[in-house]
This record gives sequence, structure tokens and C-alpha cells, in this order.
Amino acid sequence: MSLRIFIADDEAPARERLKELLQDIADELATEVVGEARHGLEAIELVPKSGAQVLLLDIEMPGMRGLEVARHLAGLDGGPAVVFVTAHDKHAVEAFELNALDYLLKPVRAQRLAAALKRAAAGQAPRSEQLAAQSAHLSESREYLSVTERHRIVLVPVRDIVFLRAEQKYVTLRTKGRTHLIEEPLIALEREFAKRFVRIHRNCLVAREAIRGFERAAPSHDEPHWLVVLDGIDERLPVSRRQWPMLRELVSDKSLR
Amino acid sequence: MPSIRQNAFSDLLPDFRNLGVIARLLVAVNAVALVAAIYATQTLRAALERFIEDAAFLEPLLFLEVTVLFTASRLLGRLPYVIGCSTVITVAAVLAAFYDAGVASVLHSQPATLRSAFFAAAIAAGLLGYFRLLVKAFSPALAEARLQALQSRIRPHFLFNSINAVLALIRRDPKRAERTLEDLADLFRSLVSDARRFVRLSDEIALLERYAEIEQLRLGERLRITWELDAAPSDALLPPLVLQPLLENAVYHGIEPATEAGDVLVRIERRGDRVLARIENPVHDAGPERVGNRMAMDNIRERLALFFDAEARMEARIEAGRYCVEIEIPYLTQARRAA
Repeated sequence: MSLRIFIADDEAPARERLKELLQDIADELATEVVGEARHGLEAIELVPKSGAQVLLLDIEMPGMRGLEVARHLAGLDGGPAVVFVTAHDKHAVEAFELNALDYLLKPVRAQRLAAALKRAAAGQAPRSEQLAAQSAHLSESREYLSVTERHRIVLVPVRDIVFLRAEQKYVTLRTKGRTHLIEEPLIALEREFAKRFVRIHRNCLVAREAIRGFERAAPSHDEPHWLVVLDGIDERLPVSRRQWPMLRELVSDKSLR
Repeated sequence: MPSIRQNAFSDLLPDFRNLGVIARLLVAVNAVALVAAIYATQTLRAALERFIEDAAFLEPLLFLEVTVLFTASRLLGRLPYVIGCSTVITVAAVLAAFYDAGVASVLHSQPATLRSAFFAAAIAAGLLGYFRLLVKAFSPALAEARLQALQSRIRPHFLFNSINAVLALIRRDPKRAERTLEDLADLFRSLVSDARRFVRLSDEIALLERYAEIEQLRLGERLRITWELDAAPSDALLPPLVLQPLLENAVYHGIEPATEAGDVLVRIERRGDRVLARIENPVHDAGPERVGNRMAMDNIRERLALFFDAEARMEARIEAGRYCVEIEIPYLTQARRAA
């Protein structure tokens, strides 16, 4: 049984080189290249269907960087083990060591490649916490959130998200057109995307850009409270009393601009 | 090959056709006049009145001196340094003497030719000393700039990916692999060359083409470069590695982060006494910011200033969704410098 390998790199010569090396080590380790991708988004699209056991993943890629690709793939059932490939990135390498992720340096040596593939074949796909720690270390935040279906990964651009609301076990992710459910703790999302989203309630983060204003809730027997009016969505979201002073300042800043 | 090398530093008269030199000259002489006025009077008001009075006398003379030096700059540059200095001082003194005599005869006042000549000579000598110091002070700055140029130029990302690309070629296309290694060698030779020497534009363009060749190999059809070089004056002189880093930036920021193919434009042309270079690339707002652009740009700006003082211009802006960098330098050739 040969090991099924997927190669993702934006430079054609780099992909060719890896294939050459795989042939060179064929006696030691039988492999079969089951797919190639020229950029990150293509990898997300093709890897789940490819049945690859190991993904050789370049870090510096257009479309989506390698690390984010790995994070989305981590949600896949039986997803491939990942070996990162990088030309130089000193910071990334430090972080790999720290988070016990496997990596190769370009130009790749045949022996290193064989060793990494054997380790990967024996081990498992990197866990998403490991990858999240790696991203945090490099202070990189994702550009997409992903919803994993059976053999498919649906990407939602972070900049399209209007709000994220925790309910029971899931987080509801709302864009102008659609609603998705994701399985990530709200607190981790808040930390990763602090620049983009603001907390309006214990269970809800709203995109700063999407806030159009505030509305006083219809008086009832309770104390009056405020609702957020959003761009492109009719739903009004309640603001908690605790968050109100901070939000009010945010809005006065916005109107001044 | 003309250069601004170490041993040439102390032995070179200032270029009186350089805007920076002229500006310094005007400011320095007026500053001396102001200080003299303050020294000679009791109150600030009186000092100002005195300065204005003196300026009325001084300014026409100053312009006369600058015009003469400007015209004679080429001639003066050919003289040995010491003789050149004496000539400048003598010219300043003689002009001042004649000017003083002329003014006196028009105004029917008492001429003070000797005093004027003496002051003019003293100020000229002082300024020559100042320019010499200035050039000396810049020489460590140049060495520094060279070091920075080196450090900022070797982008490890480019180096390792290029070597990797050559490795991929060796078995399939050994000829092209050889050529690519030669291109890489040329590129690195220019990186470690003396950054204080002028290079010919034709050499810099050859370097651009070698660099482009390597990038083309890595990026394939994703990179499309349009060259507009028909009006480029091949004999123009410029500091080394001014254009290549800009093309590298264009590829790094405009092509590599894109999944689609993109167009880069390189246009170099002569417009009268100026040489204009323009490099354009597509802009990508998506994706994490690629850093390192500012450093390369600052480095180029600094070196242009060291070579051309105030006469070089560099601008970067976004025009119709494309990032454009423009450099404008005086059209300088070996023949013109030697003349």
C-alpha cells in the first residue's frame, strides 16, 4: 500500500521538485501523489475529496496561507496529517517547534522528506488547538471561518460576518444572506478577532462595521434597555447593561468620524 | 567609472550646479549677514533694519557669485582640489571688489573694495571648509547605506525559493538551470558590489531582466511583465540597485499574494534633462499585509539623496487600482561628468 500524498504549493517548480524527491525515495517509502493545489483555496476544495493521508503544505501561498488551510482541514473527519514546508520563515519555524508540528525547510532534502512522511504516516492530523496556538503565536487571524460538511469545507469570509451568537452547544454565525452553525467557543473567537468584533452581550459578538445605531427597547415592566440596529439585517440584538457604556462610546467615536 | 569613493571625497569641489549646494550657499551667507547685523547693533529691531539694509547690498552680489560658479562649475571640477579652492576664493573676492566699486560709483558713496573682497574671500573659504566637512560626514553614512542595502536586498524568501526552483530544473532542463544559476550569480554580485559607485542604466536594466527571468521561472504565467524601455537612455548614470528592489517589491506585493495572473509595468524614459523610471503592479487588499516594503523604499530614497541631494524625486501612490512607484533623477552620463 503506498502512502497517498497531496502537494500544495503555489510555485510549479517547487511541486515538481517534491515529486522528484518522492520518486527518489520510492524504494524506501512507496508513495502516490493523489492531488496538487496551486493556492490555499484550491487546497481546501481538493484535499477533502482526494483521500490523501499526508498533505505537504507550503506556508506562503496566495489565496489562503498554509497555516489557515491546516486549521480548516483539522475539522475534517479522517483529514490528512500535515507536513508544513517553508522557505525561510524564522518565526513560523520557532512556533512549529513549540507546538510540535512537523515542518520541512526548502530546499527539501530527500532524507528529511522520507523521515517526515514516515512520522506523518504513523501519527495523526494536527489537532486544531495545536494549530490555533501556532496562529496565536504568529499573531495571525483567519480570514475565513469554516463549516465542515461530509466531504466538503464551506468557507465563510470573516469580513462578511455580521454577528456571532452562542447558543447551547453551538455558535450561530450570521452573514447578510445566511446562517451557519460552528463549533468554536465564543471566547476564542472574541480573542482572535478582537479588532473586528465587539461584545454586546454575554453571548454575542457583533462586527463593528455592521453597527448602524442603537434603539431603545419598547418600554415594558422592566428597566429600559438598548438594541443594536444592524446593517442589512432586520433582527435587533439586545445590549447587556454591562456592555452599554463601552458601546455608547464606540458609537460616539463613529459619528464623530 | 565615476564614483563618490572614499579618496575622492576630500578632493572634490562641491557641484555648484546642484540645488542642494546652491541652497546651502544662500542660506549660509544670509545667516552670516544676520549674525553680523546682530553683533553690530544694540537692539533686535536695529539688527533687523541693519540686516535688511545689508541684504539689499548683498543679495545681488550673491546671485552674481552663484551664477558665475554655476557656469564655471564644470571647469572648476577639472582643476586639482587645492587650485580649485583658490580659484573659487579668488573669483569670490574679485567679483565682490568689482561689485562694491560699481555700487559705490552708482550711489556716489565711498567704495570699500578691499574690505568687500576680504569678506567675500573669508566666507568662500569658510563655505568650502563646510562642504568638505559635509562630504566627509556623509562617507560613513554611505558605508552604512551600503550595508543596509545589502541587508534589505537579500530577501531570504526569494533566495531559497530560487534555489529550490533551480533544483527542480537540473534534471529536466539542465541548460535552463545553468542559465538561472548564472542569473542568480550576477544578481548577487551586484548585491555585494560597491554601493557608492554609479552604474550605467543599461547595466541596471540587464540586472532587472536577469531578476525577472528568475521570477518568471518560479511564478510562470502568473507573472506578466511589460517592458517599455525604448526611450531609456542607456548611458545614464544612477546609484546601483535602485530599480531592482522596486521590481522585487512589485512582484512580492503585486503578484505573489494573488491567485490570478497579474501585470507589472516597467517604464524607463528620458525627458530632457531628467530620467524617469516607473514601476506599476496590481494592488491586493486581501490577505495579511506583507511587510518590508517601507524599509526598501526608505533605503532607496536615502541613497538617491546621497547621490543627487535634492535633485532626485521618488513617489509612490495608488492610481486606478494599481500601485505606482516613480523615480526621477537628473540625466547624468559619464561624458557629462568628465566634461
